Amino acid sequence: MTQSELFIQLLINGVTLGSYLALIALGYTMVYGIIELINFAHGDVYMLGFMISLTFLGFLGVRGTLGGWQLWVVIFGVMLVTMLCTGLINMTIDRIAYKPLRRAPRLAPLITAVGMSFMLENLGMIWKGPSQILYPDIFPAFDIPNGLFGLNTMVLFTTKDVFLMGVTIPLMVVLTLFIRRTKMGKAMRATAQDREAAALMGINVENVIRTTFFIGGALAGAAGMMVGLYLNTGRYLMGFDAGLLAFTSAVLGGIGNVTGAMLGGYVIGFLNAISDQYLSPEWTRAIVFTTLILVLVFKPSGLLGERTPEKS
Amino acid sequence: MRQIWQSITAPWRALPARQRTIITGGIAILLLLVFPAVDKSMKWQTLNDVTDVLVLVILALGLNIVVGYAGLLDLGYAAFFAIGAYTTGILTWPPHGLEFNFWIVIWAAVIVAALCGIVIGTPTLRLRGDYLAIVTLAFGEIVPIVMRNLGNQTLSIGPWRLMENFNLTNGVQGLNPVGRPWIGSFEFGFDPTPWYYLILLIAAFVIFANVRLQDSRLGRAWMALREDETAADCMGVDPIKTKLLAFALGASFSGFSGAFYAAKLQAIFPELFKFNLSIMILCMVILGGMGNIKGVVIGGMLIQLFDRVLLTQTTLIARGVGQTLHIAQLATVDLSLWRWFFFGLAMVIIMVLKPEGLFPSAARRAELHAAEESKTAETIG
Repeated sequence: MTQSELFIQLLINGVTLGSYLALIALGYTMVYGIIELINFAHGDVYMLGFMISLTFLGFLGVRGTLGGWQLWVVIFGVMLVTMLCTGLINMTIDRIAYKPLRRAPRLAPLITAVGMSFMLENLGMIWKGPSQILYPDIFPAFDIPNGLFGLNTMVLFTTKDVFLMGVTIPLMVVLTLFIRRTKMGKAMRATAQDREAAALMGINVENVIRTTFFIGGALAGAAGMMVGLYLNTGRYLMGFDAGLLAFTSAVLGGIGNVTGAMLGGYVIGFLNAISDQYLSPEWTRAIVFTTLILVLVFKPSGLLGERTPEKS
Repeated sequence: MRQIWQSITAPWRALPARQRTIITGGIAILLLLVFPAVDKSMKWQTLNDVTDVLVLVILALGLNIVVGYAGLLDLGYAAFFAIGAYTTGILTWPPHGLEFNFWIVIWAAVIVAALCGIVIGTPTLRLRGDYLAIVTLAFGEIVPIVMRNLGNQTLSIGPWRLMENFNLTNGVQGLNPVGRPWIGSFEFGFDPTPWYYLILLIAAFVIFANVRLQDSRLGRAWMALREDETAADCMGVDPIKTKLLAFALGASFSGFSGAFYAAKLQAIFPELFKFNLSIMILCMVILGGMGNIKGVVIGGMLIQLFDRVLLTQTTLIARGVGQTLHIAQLATVDLSLWRWFFFGLAMVIIMVLKPEGLFPSAARRAELHAAEESKTAETIG
């Protein structure tokens, strides 16, 4: 593999990893923007998205690669149901663990969030077992540079990569439009700015919070299914790992900032790919966490965020 | 019934509070001292487990300083435990050629852990509470990764070779054996009794330090910061320095138990110090009541009792019930698989229903419920 090919490969790896990280990071950043809570259980909702979609595919009896209309109907049908389920799960988490603590000291809901995360992880482990789980390889992998353009290169870029980006990027665009253009989006922005004032203006704040959790959970569920289709494997701890990466992305982009979360996702994706290649994969996690610490220490507002004073 | 009970306990309650504390404390100390003999004669063989429980209780007491007194949520406390254990391991592992005496190494472990607390705390303690929690979590993740990777590591970035076959921690295999303590010509071996007395001594020291710290000038400064940082700052409490002391002291206690644990186990691996351990210690602190020594000790023991005894026993009971009632799911259930579910559940339930913990101190209870009583429109978040 030549240097330039290697670089292109890294770029591709970074974008694919970044795409789903961004999708998960959105859930963190939206919830943080509105109730200033690090929803620690969010990564595990993503893991549940993986498992729920796997279960639905099992119901449908899908095992091998599909083609034609079947492929699209199955994928989008299952994805819709999965997103609905994970959205509802995330709403339930909020109802059980965070809503009673809206007026408590801010560390209290963080502790329940960690507790929730452990419960979900444990449930995932009991549901699908502690070892690696196989996910059916539904989406056909077709080598684009070789097959379509007849280029003789080592760069691996398949239809799967295109599909991953083709689903995650439109989802992010839709979310951005939703927040910018709709009435609910306006209510969300208002609540993020000042919850009390928003309530005084007649916004049903609890309703906004519920919607935020629903959307965040749905996006995480979609990300879980996409990763399943892309990597064809997963584990009950995948939520913890991806959750920390996604949280790092959200912080890097400026937590509370939706565009920042997407940007952060891609930056962390690249960082991962570069560290895997030039340093060594064993160090990648340490590199990412060091980045997280450095960002929090030197630029806690992130790349695009504004500085928010600590409210008491 | 109640009256009979009251008439029996009347002379006890008539005693001054101080005498009552001395008597109950004396009985507790006596029981702890004779426990190994009882254990041996009854053939329970629990002494080893009890020693491990005490290690965790010491960790919980150390975390209590950080989380309970100073109100700083530390999600990576196991990292300091790991640092203490690895310091001991590195300084006594024979292939390194540095077989230091355990009684020196344990202090080295304390100092290294405290220094690490200061190093990680200095830049991060000015962050807001939830960011600090995440930084500590990241630190807690980094430490085991570094420990795992620093065994036979050759690191090169481009043409530069930073390390060549550098082996500090022996990687995944871990350090084995770790040096044992000696007193005169007596070596601490496989008999758990001397280990038990040693950990009891360390626990006594840690509890004593905790008690003395609680009402000291420093302890009051921590609590003032926890309740209102701005007000405490205005009253002349230096927030960064005070928080840093909490971090360093908390870390140094886990250095103690880390050194002890490494020496007792005779081997340490990176896998021993994962995120789950940090959360279990946090759970122990929360269950008993943050900032309350008695609560943390009892809470820690309860969690360990639950984890080591109750889960297996209830599994047997549930299986028995399942077999007699012919419920297949219940007959093959293994509740020990659910342990993290129960820990998570405990954290949620305690924080939602009883944030002061099961055995709260009066002051902490008043503080944590003050907001509900006054119903002032305190804007949270």
